[in-house]
Amino acid sequence: MALKDTRLMADFLQQVVSGLASGGIYASLALALVLIYRATQVINFAQGEMAMFTTFIAWSLMNHFPYWVAFVLTLAIAFAGGAALELVLIRPVQNAPVLTIVIVTIGLLIGLNGLARRIWGSDPRRLESPFSTDPIRIGGVAFSIQDLGIIGVSLALVALLFGFFQYTKIGLGLRAAALNPAASRLVGVRVSLMLALGWGLAAVLGAVAGMMAAPPLGIFDQNLMQPILLYAFAAAVLGGIDSPLGAVVGGLLLGVIVNLAGTYVDFVGADLRLPVALVIILIVLLVRPAGLFGHEALRQRA
Amino acid sequence: MKAPLALWAIRVALFAGAVTALAFLPRLLGTFRASQFALVAIYFVALLGLNVLTGYNGQISLGHGAFMAIGGYTTAILMSDQGLELAGHTFASDMRDIYTIPIAGLVAGAAGIAFGIPALRLSGLYLALATFAVAVALPSVLKKAETLTGGSSGINLFGVPRLTGLGVETTVLGHTISFNDWLYYLSWTVAVVLFAVAWLLLQGRFGRALRAIRDSELAAAASGVSLATYKTLAFGISAFYAGVAGSLFAVHTTFVNPDTFPITLSIFLLVGVVVGGLGSLSTLVFGAAFIVFLPDVAQRISKSPGAPAMIYAAVLIAAMFVLPTGVGGLVRRFVSPLTTRLYTRS
Repeated sequence: MALKDTRLMADFLQQVVSGLASGGIYASLALALVLIYRATQVINFAQGEMAMFTTFIAWSLMNHFPYWVAFVLTLAIAFAGGAALELVLIRPVQNAPVLTIVIVTIGLLIGLNGLARRIWGSDPRRLESPFSTDPIRIGGVAFSIQDLGIIGVSLALVALLFGFFQYTKIGLGLRAAALNPAASRLVGVRVSLMLALGWGLAAVLGAVAGMMAAPPLGIFDQNLMQPILLYAFAAAVLGGIDSPLGAVVGGLLLGVIVNLAGTYVDFVGADLRLPVALVIILIVLLVRPAGLFGHEALRQRA
Repeated sequence: MKAPLALWAIRVALFAGAVTALAFLPRLLGTFRASQFALVAIYFVALLGLNVLTGYNGQISLGHGAFMAIGGYTTAILMSDQGLELAGHTFASDMRDIYTIPIAGLVAGAAGIAFGIPALRLSGLYLALATFAVAVALPSVLKKAETLTGGSSGINLFGVPRLTGLGVETTVLGHTISFNDWLYYLSWTVAVVLFAVAWLLLQGRFGRALRAIRDSELAAAASGVSLATYKTLAFGISAFYAGVAGSLFAVHTTFVNPDTFPITLSIFLLVGVVVGGLGSLSTLVFGAAFIVFLPDVAQRISKSPGAPAMIYAAVLIAAMFVLPTGVGGLVRRFVSPLTTRLYTRS
């Protein structure tokens, strides 16, 4: 009896950790969404496809360079690419109604997917993992090193980003530009530059999410990030769309809930995970209409 | 919105001209084209509904495909042999397609009101996610409710005798018409009637209340507009339109299954509304045509891998650059007098 209990407990802990691993990926992408939302009040539908695209770039680079070199190069390319997209595609419509900008990002979603198919073809690929897939024993419970690695990378990324926003001058400028563009401009913040930087950073977050998401799947193709974007959107809204902390907590929470529900509730299984997650979020929203950490917006729309 | 007499005359003439053109268009088109233009009418109906909610009332829905699915399934269930058993009484089985259309609209409308009431607590993106959640979850629900919906395989309507105009040559006013032509006339008749209804509704007190809420909930409430009533009603009407569109869609494709109404449909509806113009009605035809024809055109230009998607994206983004307020915004800029332009928000 006691043996069975400990095994159940061990199993449960494993599921929680692997939930946290997928949660870390959702959190990274959710954070990217929040970053862009705070700066421009727009949900970037293309965030997932930007991440997918950079994952393919990483795959190409990894054919020529060692993993971590390719990793850093990919982040640099993602940053430049994200900023460039903002300059070329978002800048021209930045004064248009919000839904118009949203439609542009939907166009970007479709276009990036097509471009990736054109460049890399539709053969499924395998992305190298920086982490061993062997288990590691902690207190009698076997955890996957890959899961722990993903959690570590996601949390490190969030911490780095937090430090950047909180303690650097550019970070301060980014926050100011998001909070009050007009006033920031008056005190000398280059708001348009900040917007491009924000898109660059969001693309970097997405690139990390993509590179973490692809290896555990075994093979991946151009549809890699579409389900993950849905989870990330859900996570961002669950946490409160204007709250970075909420995005991270929402992402991790969602990862764990989805994994546990999929494992322990027969009815849910593999194919009902997303609907169940969304229904849970719906219930949370009805109780807290601005998400867990979001600010209750004034009803007057500017 | 008092418009000068000349403008009224122009409007009436345009409307009459459009209806006449619609009546004779199938004579010029092949039957395949007629079927595509029928689809334009169906999307037009759905976009009218979505615009009542999003364009006029400011509530964003990312899940209108779900209401279309409810309408489509209502029609399919009423027409199919399965029938709907309630309290020992079997409904339907012998219901003809055209009679199911209003019922489909009402069922979807009721679902819209039922959804609209809890949705009152949500606004902006949170509402968008809530509607999105419904649209994502619905296919799974449809798969699970097998006795009613036929599960993953759905309901086939092809060859069902209740399908007017299929197999037999239907005679209307002495002309025999093909199934596609029949679909065309059915869809456009419904679309023109519902367009007129929407226009009349939004013209008066009701439309003013919706727009007031969109522009400022605080000011609207202070002026005595009941936010709860109007926002819920907007949801209901919007869902009614989507339900009718879904019903026509089911008749058009002659089958429904959980993948007939995917989440991408909801997103394309939003694209259609923005292209057609938020807060405009007649120009939504262009949004509907955009949804129906652009994938086709993109395919025709190049079939190499990824190319159609890239062409589609390029056209969509270019359209947003050139017409950030949609076709409706363009028309408003030329047609409306300076004063209304100054005092209304686009």
